[in-house]
Amino acid sequence: MVRGILYVQQAKLLKTSTFRLAIIYLVLFATSVITLLGYIYWTTAGSLNRQTVEAVNMEMRDLAQRYKSGSLPLLVHTVIQRSRDPGQSLYLVMDNRGNVLAGNLLDIPQSRPTQEGWRDFTYIRLNMEGQERRPGIGREQRLPGNFYLLVGRDVKEVRQIENLITSSLAWAVALTIGLGLIGGLIMSRNMLARLDDINKTSREIMRGDLARRIPVSGTGDELDQLAENLNNMLEQIEALMIGMRQVTDNIAHDLRSPLSRLRNRVEVTLISEHSTTQDYREALERTISEADYLLATFNALLSIARAEAGNSRESMEWINLSELIETAAELYEPVIEERGGTLSLGVERGLRLFANRELLSQAILNTLDNALKHGTAVEGADAEIELTAKRMEDTITIAISDHGEGIPVEERSRVMERFVRLEASRNAPGTGLGLSLVAAATRLHGGTVELADNEPGLIVSFILPAPRD
Amino acid sequence: MRILVIEDDLEAAAYVTKGLRESGHVVDHAADGEEGLSLALAGNFDMLVVDRMLPKRDGLSVVKTLREQGATTPVLFLSALGEVDDRVKGLRAGGDDYLTKPFAFVELLARIEVLVRRAAPEQVQTKLQVSDLEIDLLGRKVTRAGKAIELQPREFRLLEYLMKHTGQVVTRTMLLENVWEYHFDPQTNVIDVHMSRLRGKIDKNFDTPLIHTIRGAGYSLRAAG
Repeated sequence: MVRGILYVQQAKLLKTSTFRLAIIYLVLFATSVITLLGYIYWTTAGSLNRQTVEAVNMEMRDLAQRYKSGSLPLLVHTVIQRSRDPGQSLYLVMDNRGNVLAGNLLDIPQSRPTQEGWRDFTYIRLNMEGQERRPGIGREQRLPGNFYLLVGRDVKEVRQIENLITSSLAWAVALTIGLGLIGGLIMSRNMLARLDDINKTSREIMRGDLARRIPVSGTGDELDQLAENLNNMLEQIEALMIGMRQVTDNIAHDLRSPLSRLRNRVEVTLISEHSTTQDYREALERTISEADYLLATFNALLSIARAEAGNSRESMEWINLSELIETAAELYEPVIEERGGTLSLGVERGLRLFANRELLSQAILNTLDNALKHGTAVEGADAEIELTAKRMEDTITIAISDHGEGIPVEERSRVMERFVRLEASRNAPGTGLGLSLVAAATRLHGGTVELADNEPGLIVSFILPAPRD
Repeated sequence: MRILVIEDDLEAAAYVTKGLRESGHVVDHAADGEEGLSLALAGNFDMLVVDRMLPKRDGLSVVKTLREQGATTPVLFLSALGEVDDRVKGLRAGGDDYLTKPFAFVELLARIEVLVRRAAPEQVQTKLQVSDLEIDLLGRKVTRAGKAIELQPREFRLLEYLMKHTGQVVTRTMLLENVWEYHFDPQTNVIDVHMSRLRGKIDKNFDTPLIHTIRGAGYSLRAAG
């Protein structure tokens, strides 16, 4: 079981892109190291070999020259003389019957010569401890008169140095590859561990644990940035989910009661034995108006959802804000006047905004509607409603103020939520969605809604970012 | 009138066809886009009521194809998609009006009447007259029985719309859409107040009222009788 997991982990390790990258780097690095070491070998061990060959060639030419000019005795004499010095030089001169005439080798070596007459061989050297087999290289030549000449060098020391160089270079290559491989493995393992954390957390989140967050190591590297971005994304998703849950709860709460009312009324009318045609008609008419109210609530919810989803951004265009506000005011003015109020306008001319006409109009109309319902309802109060719009440095403020009962400070943030209706207005008509739509529409346009005290009354201000000219 | 209803929701189709038949129309029904298209191409209809989302071939494509074949029959789209963008798509595909579900039947009926009337070749008119009420569209002047009546610009547009649809029922939603260009319902019924103001100017000092309230539906401007 454990082995199985280990195997799976290793298999995964080999598949990671980090590991593959490490291998590619390793191959490149090893290639350059080998090239470099090859050059070093060529300049050290190689040069020793070349020197030996050069010396042998020179002596061979020299001896051949002597043979030509002074014939055999001079050659034999020279070789005998040179063989006496104990050193690296090796000689052999033989006649055509195989008798050794001079030199410090006992016989022609047993190895196979190259075309140019080069031989690698071992020979036996006598010294104080006895005899010793030593390596040598040499070149042979047949002299005129069928005499045999071999000039060579003892290469024991050279071979030793060469071996030393070769083995140290080989070790260097092995170490490079070994260390690189281990380093790559460790590196990709670390990376893999952190990515594994991210993957594990993602899976847990997908399983439904939305509160989980990806651990951040604190180094601020790319993986940390990735983790932070993902965490921020999760934050948003969670907020949306919570928002949605609240909406669902609210819908369930606020639509269920009118729906059950509707159902009860129909049922009661239907089962009552004394229902007259008139009763049926009335019940049906009230059912229709109840259904209309439900539809209005539903439409308002949809508008809010659309504004919040930001889809409506697609249908934004440059609009004349001043005209839009005036049109809205014009639509409401008669109603306000009919209820004994007045609407005074203070709209700056020529205000322009990149906006969704429908949603912004709806937001302004909803606020006017609120002002109408709450600002003119109080007896003895000044029923004047003011609608102003002006441009500051980089904001446009649309303010609608009334002199009604206002909203207590502690309730102000609550009224923007969906379906919140203050106790005082529980029984007045309305869906309780007006201000939430206002808030959503303003947010869509990058602005905020502020509620302030008009002493007495309420000022609702939409603070929208002004377009840069 | 012969009306073709292309609607896959059988309940909704029954609601529409029953209502239209009771209003004196001859109604055919198709339950999917293919059937609807072939019926529309074969039959001689005065009006098509088309649901936007249909099986086999969606409403937009049905109307596009019809228009490509040269059919000019007025088309009213019905749709659960009520965003301004959807509306624009519907009108671009060749629809003449767009009604978002759910709707009151009177709303549908009023719009059908208006569309069928509009299908008749319309001359460019500069003056409209109903009984003794006259409006001059170029001079923006209104007179009744020879007496000039002062109207606000929006009141003028309201009256102009009513006079262009003389004798037809005009719903509050139609007024909001055509006079104010709002495609949503304000919570308070503001249209009624505007109408009563207009009435005050048009009808108040005269014996025969021209603007009539149609209960449960909307308004209608017509000569007495």
